[in-house]
Amino acid sequence: MNTALQADATGAATGLDADRLRADFPILAQEIHGKPLVYLDNGASTQKPNAVIDAVGDFYARDYANIHRGVHTLSERATAAFEGARDRVRRFLNAADRHEIVFTRGTTEAVNLVAASFGGQRIGAGDEIILTGMEHHSNIVPWQLLAERVGAQIRVVPLFDDGSLDLDAYAALFGPRTRLVAVVHVSNALGTVNPVAEMIATAHAHGVPVLVDGAQAVAHARVDVQALDCDFYAFSAHKIYGPSGIGALYGRRELLEAMPPWQGGGDMIRTVAFEGSTWADPPYRFEAGTPHIAGAVGLVAALDYVDGIGLDAIATHEHDLLAYGTALLEQVPGLRLIGTAADKAAILSFVIDGVHAHDIGTVLDFEGVAVRAGHHCAMPVMTRYGVPATARASLGLYNTRADIDALVRALQRVTELFG
Amino acid sequence: MSDLRELYQEVILDHGRKPRNFGPLPEANRHADGHNPLCGDQLRVHLQVEGGVVKAVHFEGVGCAISTASASLMTQALTGKPEAEARQLYDEFHELVAGDGTSGEHLGKLVVFGGVREYPSRVKCATLAWHTLQAALEDDGREVTTE
Repeated sequence: MNTALQADATGAATGLDADRLRADFPILAQEIHGKPLVYLDNGASTQKPNAVIDAVGDFYARDYANIHRGVHTLSERATAAFEGARDRVRRFLNAADRHEIVFTRGTTEAVNLVAASFGGQRIGAGDEIILTGMEHHSNIVPWQLLAERVGAQIRVVPLFDDGSLDLDAYAALFGPRTRLVAVVHVSNALGTVNPVAEMIATAHAHGVPVLVDGAQAVAHARVDVQALDCDFYAFSAHKIYGPSGIGALYGRRELLEAMPPWQGGGDMIRTVAFEGSTWADPPYRFEAGTPHIAGAVGLVAALDYVDGIGLDAIATHEHDLLAYGTALLEQVPGLRLIGTAADKAAILSFVIDGVHAHDIGTVLDFEGVAVRAGHHCAMPVMTRYGVPATARASLGLYNTRADIDALVRALQRVTELFG
Repeated sequence: MSDLRELYQEVILDHGRKPRNFGPLPEANRHADGHNPLCGDQLRVHLQVEGGVVKAVHFEGVGCAISTASASLMTQALTGKPEAEARQLYDEFHELVAGDGTSGEHLGKLVVFGGVREYPSRVKCATLAWHTLQAALEDDGREVTTE
């Protein structure tokens, strides 16, 4: 069912049969405004296969209870499922140790965790944090809050016009007060794939740790945190066909062990007394309160589903669509792609002369085509390119060339109406 | 396309392309800024109010066809109106696009925005200029947002 590895029905030899995989996603089989749904908003969130929907439903129907302290059977089953999910995420990211995987609500919470705990402990007045000009607000604002609190400075790596980072400028930003680099792996607004391994090597040469925001990366290419040699890596389940409300932070073990708690509550303590409490070891030190247990179960199903198809096959398929879509969109009169870096993944962000992105989004919706229109939580990117907003088609494993054709046809409607 | 043309009526497309009363207003004595964080649209409304009458209204900014047309048609509807009527028009417009859809007796051409009511994500586009107008009538220096 999910391992359809043969020639694409649309003629592209990608090794992945998206037309067959679509059948695994019940939500895709519907009409919007009387037109077949063409879902191209995967950068915002991906749809869920039956494997994920059923795993979550079955868990609630059979195995659900709170985790970690119950001695009854259901609690033991739920604990085994949740801790099994930690093992599954460790394997997915190729982390060395299961204790390096902290469950969070998602990428945003993972970044906030590092900013509050690692940042609160290691970053002080006059210290510097390096970010890039293409970060999502979730990898800007937590650092700004920290910087305001402690008196630190934020330095920003500039972008070239094509949406790639100026790596010479990056290398020149390091100084004696640089304490952390936080960089997005794949830009949600531009699609740029950043050379994070090279950037990490540069940072490590200065003794500076690196956090990678992998929200847009994990569903589109294989990620190996040991090969990258990163210090922190964050992602969200809902962008890789899993449930919303759960994600994970990978943290290098010696860093996590030295970090203080950031939220207090149940599960994160060793002992509690009014005279003073002691903390559990990582990852539990950073997991206060009852987590999204069923979400972790759904995440396992999602990772199994994606690995069953193969991230290499998914990447090849999406790159074919990206090349096909880029060539077609470039022919649309008045359309300008925002983000044309040589190394891109799964994202076609664009503007059309004289038409606001919101109007593009509404007209496309009438044609059944779901895209994102707005600033994509990356306002500095919009400012960099001098546009108030862009329309963005973002691809997933179930998209086909026919979806791109539908997008282009729908864009002709836009031109007819506003041209 | 029939549904689409109910939303994007010819008058809206026309004012979206060629907004009227667009640009600064040197004689203005009241101003306000409006912001729609959802799409990043920002606009500024300038009012010239004398003796309780709106003598002139201009607006500036970047927005979608619906927010631009709404601002443009608003400036035309308000010019020459007593302040009290301007406030009443605000209420009627709000009722049309975000309320029960009643079209008030003073709306005139503004009834073309009736179709917006069916699109909750676009209601804020249509109302941004009007919220900003209300702030300009008060002119308390606050930036208004649609959130």
